[in-house]
Amino acid sequence: MELIFKWEWLPGLGKGLVLTVELTAACISIGAAFGLLLAIARLYGRHVIYWLASAYVQFFRGTPLLVQLFMIHFGLAGWGIRLSPLLSGIIAMGLNTAAYQAEYFRGAIQAVKRGQALAALSLGMTRWQTIRYVILPQALRLVLPAWSNELVYMLKYTSIVYLIGLPDLMGVGRTIASSNFRFFEIYAVVALIYLALVLLITFALRYVESRIRVPGLGTAR
Amino acid sequence: MALLAIDDLHKRYGKEEVLRGVSFELERGETKVIIGPSGTGKSTLLRCINRLTEPDRGKVWLDGVEVTSPRTNIYRVRAQVGFVFQDFNLFTHLTALDNVRLGLIRVKKMGKRDATERAMRELERVGLADKAYAYPAQLSGGQQQRVSIARALAMDPKLILFDEPTSALDPELIGEVLQVMIELAEGGMTMLVVTHEMGFARSVADEIIFMEKGIIVEQGPPEVLFTRPKKPRTAEFLRKITEFYGESG
Repeated sequence: MELIFKWEWLPGLGKGLVLTVELTAACISIGAAFGLLLAIARLYGRHVIYWLASAYVQFFRGTPLLVQLFMIHFGLAGWGIRLSPLLSGIIAMGLNTAAYQAEYFRGAIQAVKRGQALAALSLGMTRWQTIRYVILPQALRLVLPAWSNELVYMLKYTSIVYLIGLPDLMGVGRTIASSNFRFFEIYAVVALIYLALVLLITFALRYVESRIRVPGLGTAR
Repeated sequence: MALLAIDDLHKRYGKEEVLRGVSFELERGETKVIIGPSGTGKSTLLRCINRLTEPDRGKVWLDGVEVTSPRTNIYRVRAQVGFVFQDFNLFTHLTALDNVRLGLIRVKKMGKRDATERAMRELERVGLADKAYAYPAQLSGGQQQRVSIARALAMDPKLILFDEPTSALDPELIGEVLQVMIELAEGGMTMLVVTHEMGFARSVADEIIFMEKGIIVEQGPPEVLFTRPKKPRTAEFLRKITEFYGESG
């Protein structure tokens, strides 16, 4: 069987790519903001706050992303809460990556030496100032390698949203393939586009890492 | 009235009672040195003074304000008490200049230009103006400790607490830190210093406090404590430590 490739596939895949990128950007940002709060809640929170945050993290890390997506999209509909596929996708994946990012942030915050906070407090800084100006700037530098991995994972995981009918890169590819039965070629092109995107992100984040690197602080690479 | 008054301080970690009723006073401009075996609560005592560690019982007064009162704004107190740590604790992600400037900008709400000017003056005072843009990892231990002293000085503290400031240093770097501390003492800074440097204690301290097992065993001027201590335990400790660290320290 010969391999074929048609330029006419590309505009459709391009639109799918845009949706994939938007979806990834939306959920990774939501996940970062919420994940940071969860990490702080698990580290500094007491009683109810700590337990809620911990239960949340356990649940979202302990169950499949696809199940979470279906619960939100199809499950909530049963309760009369009908979310658009796009909104369901963003919420499900944002909530999921928040749990993972929370653990990365927590690890990084814990990796900041205890003396750093003591020194900040001894200057008269409040707890919040200490976190904001001393702990987080160091923790965020330390977390970047793990966070880069999470971003790459999420980019690839967004491909499951075709299952709730979203025309992302994967979804468009599937539609084209099921009309002309060129499954191998089309999924190969889809795969290459994902790969290009992953490489682009990896290099961009390495550049960022090198720009914010400080001597003596987490040089994992 | 004494600048710092400590009254019957107690602190317990689990079963271990680290401080078992410590009381003393420190006058303005005075330097007192606390000596004693490791694990006798000296560091805990310093941390209780600005409540980096909460004491269980007892009172601390700074310049007429009861530090240990729950109504006291502890952040304001801490801004007035410099703290120099054994392992420096310079902020890893900041240059020497930013280390000194951070408290001025965030706690004292000083403008950036004034803060920079002030920070540079303090770095000059400890002889490190040329290292203003170096990160802690690029400095020697002695230089890091001098920056941390500059960081404390910049806040205009009423008192500086030194927690074994030279214990983490290579022997050849100890001198430069002690020199800065001697200049501070001579300049009238009020200082409370935990150290094993007996040479420093002897030449700079107005009074030596010998602590063991959470209590003050004996205190007095260095010439008395070093030559004719009242308690046999003090004599024994001083003999051992001078054997170990040497006379000039």
